[in-house]
Amino acid sequence: MSALPESRHRSLEFAIDVRGLNKVFGSRRVVNDLSLQVRTGEIFGFLGPNGSGKTTSIRLMCGLLTPDAGSGTCLGYDIIRESDAIKRNVGYMTQRFSFWEDLSIRENLDFVARVYQMADRKTAVENALIHLGLKERANQLAGALSGGWKQRLALAACMLHRPALLLLDEPTAGVDPAARRDFWEELHRLAAQGISVLVSTHYMDEAERCHKLAYISHGVLLAQGTAQEIVAAQKLFTWAIKSRTVHESDEGLTQLSSALDGKPGVLQTAAFGNALHVTGRDPVLLEKTLREMLVGQPYEMTQTETGLEEVFIHLMRISKSEREAQEAKR
Amino acid sequence: MSRRSFLFSFSTARCWGVVLKEFLQLKRDRVTFAMVVGIPVMLLILFGYAINMDPKHLKTTMIDADRSEFSRSFIMAMRNSAYFDFVGELDNEAEGEAALARGDVQFVVNIPSDFSRQLARGERPIVLVVADATDPAAASNAIGAVMRLADSVAWKDVSGPLAKLNGTTAPFDVQVHRRYNPEGITQYNIVPGLMGIILTMTMVMLTGLAMTRERERGTMENLLATPVRPLEVLTGKIVPYIFIGIIQASIILVAAIVLFHVPFVGGIVELYGVLLIYVAATLTVGIAISSLASNQLQGVQLTFFFFLPNVLLSGFMFPFYGMPQWAQVIAHALPMTYFNRLVRGIMLKGNGWLDLWPNLWPLMLFTLIMMGIALKFYRRTLD
Repeated sequence: MSALPESRHRSLEFAIDVRGLNKVFGSRRVVNDLSLQVRTGEIFGFLGPNGSGKTTSIRLMCGLLTPDAGSGTCLGYDIIRESDAIKRNVGYMTQRFSFWEDLSIRENLDFVARVYQMADRKTAVENALIHLGLKERANQLAGALSGGWKQRLALAACMLHRPALLLLDEPTAGVDPAARRDFWEELHRLAAQGISVLVSTHYMDEAERCHKLAYISHGVLLAQGTAQEIVAAQKLFTWAIKSRTVHESDEGLTQLSSALDGKPGVLQTAAFGNALHVTGRDPVLLEKTLREMLVGQPYEMTQTETGLEEVFIHLMRISKSEREAQEAKR
Repeated sequence: MSRRSFLFSFSTARCWGVVLKEFLQLKRDRVTFAMVVGIPVMLLILFGYAINMDPKHLKTTMIDADRSEFSRSFIMAMRNSAYFDFVGELDNEAEGEAALARGDVQFVVNIPSDFSRQLARGERPIVLVVADATDPAAASNAIGAVMRLADSVAWKDVSGPLAKLNGTTAPFDVQVHRRYNPEGITQYNIVPGLMGIILTMTMVMLTGLAMTRERERGTMENLLATPVRPLEVLTGKIVPYIFIGIIQASIILVAAIVLFHVPFVGGIVELYGVLLIYVAATLTVGIAISSLASNQLQGVQLTFFFFLPNVLLSGFMFPFYGMPQWAQVIAHALPMTYFNRLVRGIMLKGNGWLDLWPNLWPLMLFTLIMMGIALKFYRRTLD
């Protein structure tokens, strides 16, 4: 699939550049002063817990929702005034499969090609089918496809009009690991061709495949940068606690985990297979607490790198406690 | 567990769980709730107050070439019967026929020029009443009333040459000509009208679900993310159903002629022209409904809410002029009222474009207004 975006879009510094976006539904502020920049040709990961405003933010950026406040551009077009131009040049993959299940794969692609007024419609559809590996099943109804195939069809359909920017809303939810890996390889191929990608996800391994990340919780952007930058910025220290005997049951670790909660220096604990990761901000205090707790126990502790997951869980917790503090003040 | 006990065992607690869930869902769906109240109220009002099987005050005009004491008395007697309301006066029979064809009046009373002279000579002259019998039910009671008039008009206070008739029963005859449907065959009236019923029901329902289906299945978000414009979507959703509507109407037309032997005296071009406009009108209603409704069930309910007054008030089932004024005003906002007149006008009366025009432009206006509503409520964003 030759999917080279127009040079006009490739020469832009930012594919997405939005500032101070706000969206309120009823009394709930779903997006709160969101500012973010996605460089052209970058795969930008958009992370956050369920209901954090990721979908709403993506819809704001592609003109499907009107922001209550804020401004910005998408591919150089104003997100409020030029949503038509944005729609023509952006490929948006919805979180829920939103192609027509009662149309065949070919008919779905053909419809999309017509709506985007593609000059070489037939070739584009044929190429997409070949690229998808669905040439033989082109006449099968889209509704009969499995989750992984639906997701590939949706990606092919939103790539059909050769967009310069892809907005993907949890594209790999419910897709098996092999299909996910294929999907990400495809994304990197596209990015290498100069296509910018904003992708929301819940998977940490996917987050690590992104060039840049943003973490949003309750409509507020909490961190932005490369994975290393985000991890480094939080200045967290993590120890892994493992049983010395291999066959030690997990029960002990679970008990240890609850015993550690709220101890001086301990921010959070998380089970990782048969290890327990304990994270804290003060390395000296954390080590001291751990050593005291492990005296006479069949566990060994080693310092390990803080991962994205620990950082995100930490971010989620502080944003929660901050909000609770704010509500208490009111 | 055996199949039998699976089918017939019953737990009140489990069943109660289902009952509660249904009630909760019903409570959330405000449109369904409104329909539960709205439809019986509408039916009660329409059947209770609007529908009248014995229509009175039918529009009548006269061609009075005699201009005598007698004609004034006869007209007065007709008016007193409450079946006839006189509107204007015409000069000749041709004008009378034209007024009937356009549907301006239902009756034309024709009193010949030498009527009173013949009456004076005792020659039993004839008063000619021409009736629009397209709808036999609407005309029959009035026709019966005018037939009885001849026997019951007793002459009082007549002076001049007719003075000798005072106190006697007038020696004249009333002849009634039933135009368009002389044998009073109900099918002639019902079958063309059925075209409107079937088109209204299917067209509104099909398009009524068109947008809500996209919304319910989540494909609307996809559609909105593409560059396709509202007018393109709405028109695109209407066009296929125009073909379906024309096919449906053709089936009814063939059945009307072959099975029911309904006469077709008008032009086929006129009929299909009117059909196209009516199908467009009903489709825009459907599209407007589907822009307003938030799910398919609401779409069906709103369709029904639109369909009912069309059936009851349009003159399809019950005589139009038998309804009180307020009901006629409402009926004039419904497309089927015009379509009934148009299709009966073409098939039974042989109306041409000029006769059709007074009922045609309201349909066109209606279509434009509905399209405007549909466009206004088309959600361009997901807000």
